[in-house]
Amino acid sequence: MSTPNALRQPLALRLTSAGFLCFWCLIAALPLFWIAVMSFKKPVDAFASNPLDVIFGPATRLEGKGLSVFGILFAIALLVFVYVFATRHLAPLAQRLTVDRQIWLGWLSAVALFGCAVIFAFVYVYPAVTGILDPLLGFLGDPIIGATVEHYRAVWFENEFYRNFINSLIVTTGVVVVSLTVGTLAGYGLARSDSNLAFWLLVAALIFRALPHSVLVTGYLPPFINSAEILRPVFGEAAPTLYGQPWAVIAVLVSINQPFTIWMLRSFFQNIPRELDEAARVDGCSHFQAFRRVIMPVMWPGVITTGLFSFLLAYNDYLVTSLLLDAQNQTMVPAIASYFNRETTTTDQIEAVAAAVSITAPLFVLVMVFQRQIVSGLTQGAVKG
Amino acid sequence: MKGRTFIAFVGPSLFLMLLFIAAPLVSVLWQSFEVTQQVFETVEVETCTPGFPEQTCVTETRSRPVLMESGLPLTETRFVGLESYRNVLEPERAAAALRNGNIGELLNIDFWKALRFTLTFTLITLPLILGVGLVLALAVNNAVRSIRGPVIFVSLLPFIITPVIGALSIRWLFVGDGIMTAFLEWWLQQDIAMFAQGWTIEILMLFYRVWHVAPFAFVIFYAALQTLNMDTMESAIIDGASRFERLRYVIVPHLMPLIIFVSLIHLMDAYRVFEEVIGFRSEAHVISLQWLTYDFLTPDDSGNRSISRASASSMLTMIGIVILLIPLLMRTWRDHRGSS
Repeated sequence: MSTPNALRQPLALRLTSAGFLCFWCLIAALPLFWIAVMSFKKPVDAFASNPLDVIFGPATRLEGKGLSVFGILFAIALLVFVYVFATRHLAPLAQRLTVDRQIWLGWLSAVALFGCAVIFAFVYVYPAVTGILDPLLGFLGDPIIGATVEHYRAVWFENEFYRNFINSLIVTTGVVVVSLTVGTLAGYGLARSDSNLAFWLLVAALIFRALPHSVLVTGYLPPFINSAEILRPVFGEAAPTLYGQPWAVIAVLVSINQPFTIWMLRSFFQNIPRELDEAARVDGCSHFQAFRRVIMPVMWPGVITTGLFSFLLAYNDYLVTSLLLDAQNQTMVPAIASYFNRETTTTDQIEAVAAAVSITAPLFVLVMVFQRQIVSGLTQGAVKG
Repeated sequence: MKGRTFIAFVGPSLFLMLLFIAAPLVSVLWQSFEVTQQVFETVEVETCTPGFPEQTCVTETRSRPVLMESGLPLTETRFVGLESYRNVLEPERAAAALRNGNIGELLNIDFWKALRFTLTFTLITLPLILGVGLVLALAVNNAVRSIRGPVIFVSLLPFIITPVIGALSIRWLFVGDGIMTAFLEWWLQQDIAMFAQGWTIEILMLFYRVWHVAPFAFVIFYAALQTLNMDTMESAIIDGASRFERLRYVIVPHLMPLIIFVSLIHLMDAYRVFEEVIGFRSEAHVISLQWLTYDFLTPDDSGNRSISRASASSMLTMIGIVILLIPLLMRTWRDHRGSS
């Protein structure tokens, strides 16, 4: 297709625009790429002032731990394969795994399978293949980039980071499930009602969305700590102390997230024509049946998108979880803080970096798989809200 | 939809919001007027040490916490009015500082320090984010179709990353002799310590926030650029509008509602700045309003949380939110009246 002359851009403009894009991509990716590189090096290499030393890690290589040319090519090939699979083939896979029109189940199992496969490929297949082939390949198999996984091993097994991972898993799953269940009902109700009450509810939700979370936590802390005494008249001796309970934090995060969730789901529901409900109602469905049998099956894209944002809120939260959970039930992000407090040796610092990379990795996979949904979620809120 | 069905659908969500958002707000307001303290009693204690010719005895009055039967310290809650607010605002010191015309002294008081940072942070990042987001959207719109996907993928990474980790990852580039500090030292030929003084940390915090939020603005603007009316664009070209004029008179007006939307969201979020203080560990130099409340809530060395001061600083933070929200609410109200 030829562009009209008037729209053709001068070379200088095109170069500037392309240059700016490259510069932005560098800035956007560099900090994350860099901590990923650092986490695989010995402290001497990771904190070297020459960037080439950090990348190639001579001290790490001297210990005989490193990637060969073949290893690097293999890793790149694996990464490209993962990216292509995530962007192209995951959606069809989810469709195929969908049983009984429950698309969310399909997506859930597809993502779980994909995540396990990626972990399996990098943790077991990759070392096994390079371990066998490197010695056979001559100079292609000699380590040229130092890399070691000892910090990850230290973080996950010696420091028992997997406990924090499990806690994060419990909290995020709880938040996503509850906030979607409650939110879809409310979002549907709000989208299908023109009453003044609905309007004021939405305005109230808007105000609630702007509240700083620390204000709310100030309100929770005293009753949560003393809840056993406060609830004793109701529950007797079985009255729980809410402080430190994951399910109490789930309830708190769901509520904090509710204003955003209902706004977003409402705008997705508004895209579904009302005629669909009316048709179902004419056929004899109650409101709830129409919602469950007719509306929800076409709503899954919106639900998945909103679920992603709920997941992000719960997963990324620092303030609420660090104040309301005690040390045994701590989730991953606040647990990182314990590394700062004893960040005495450089090894501890690299372990903190490795923990940070471990937290980021699932998000990376998430962006890969759900790029389209995230973009649609962002624009949906903006254009309609 | 009839009233009762509506309530049935909205009920659970409404219940959660009332219980966990509205009720805590009321209780914070209440707590800010009260103080809960341990009850102390003063007792006279006589301590004797052996001496010659007779033992020396000293009688002194000590205060000690009163214990309940269960062995826990007894606490009492009393109404103190605005005392907690006074403790947070320190009006005497602030007034004295203003009288001397010494702003530095005023900014030594935690609350004013936090307020100063929160406001400058919010106001400086806003134009930067809008600018970077817009330029990015235009550049991507300009680019070859095949690279748009990967660019959006890379751009989403800073947006989606855990804020504390994002701040940490930038901190690790600069801390000690991190590569960026080493690079700057080589470039400027002088010693640089990014974390030794407040203003350099603030620059990093501003950079982090722009890095984190600009992708959000970019994605929204980029989506809106796809719906740009090409007829208007063509007539502008025929009328001889230059490239800049087209941007100024066609593209920006088209994006205006979204620019307002992004600004509002950003103002709300930037006012709540908190994770940067944790990630950059800047509490000795730079603090924000939300961090101040967080700090009051964290147990101190003796395990006490100053709940009432936290409540007072929360309520003061809320005033800012209310001011921010008034224009937004007025606009929503106008839209609502216009539509119905």
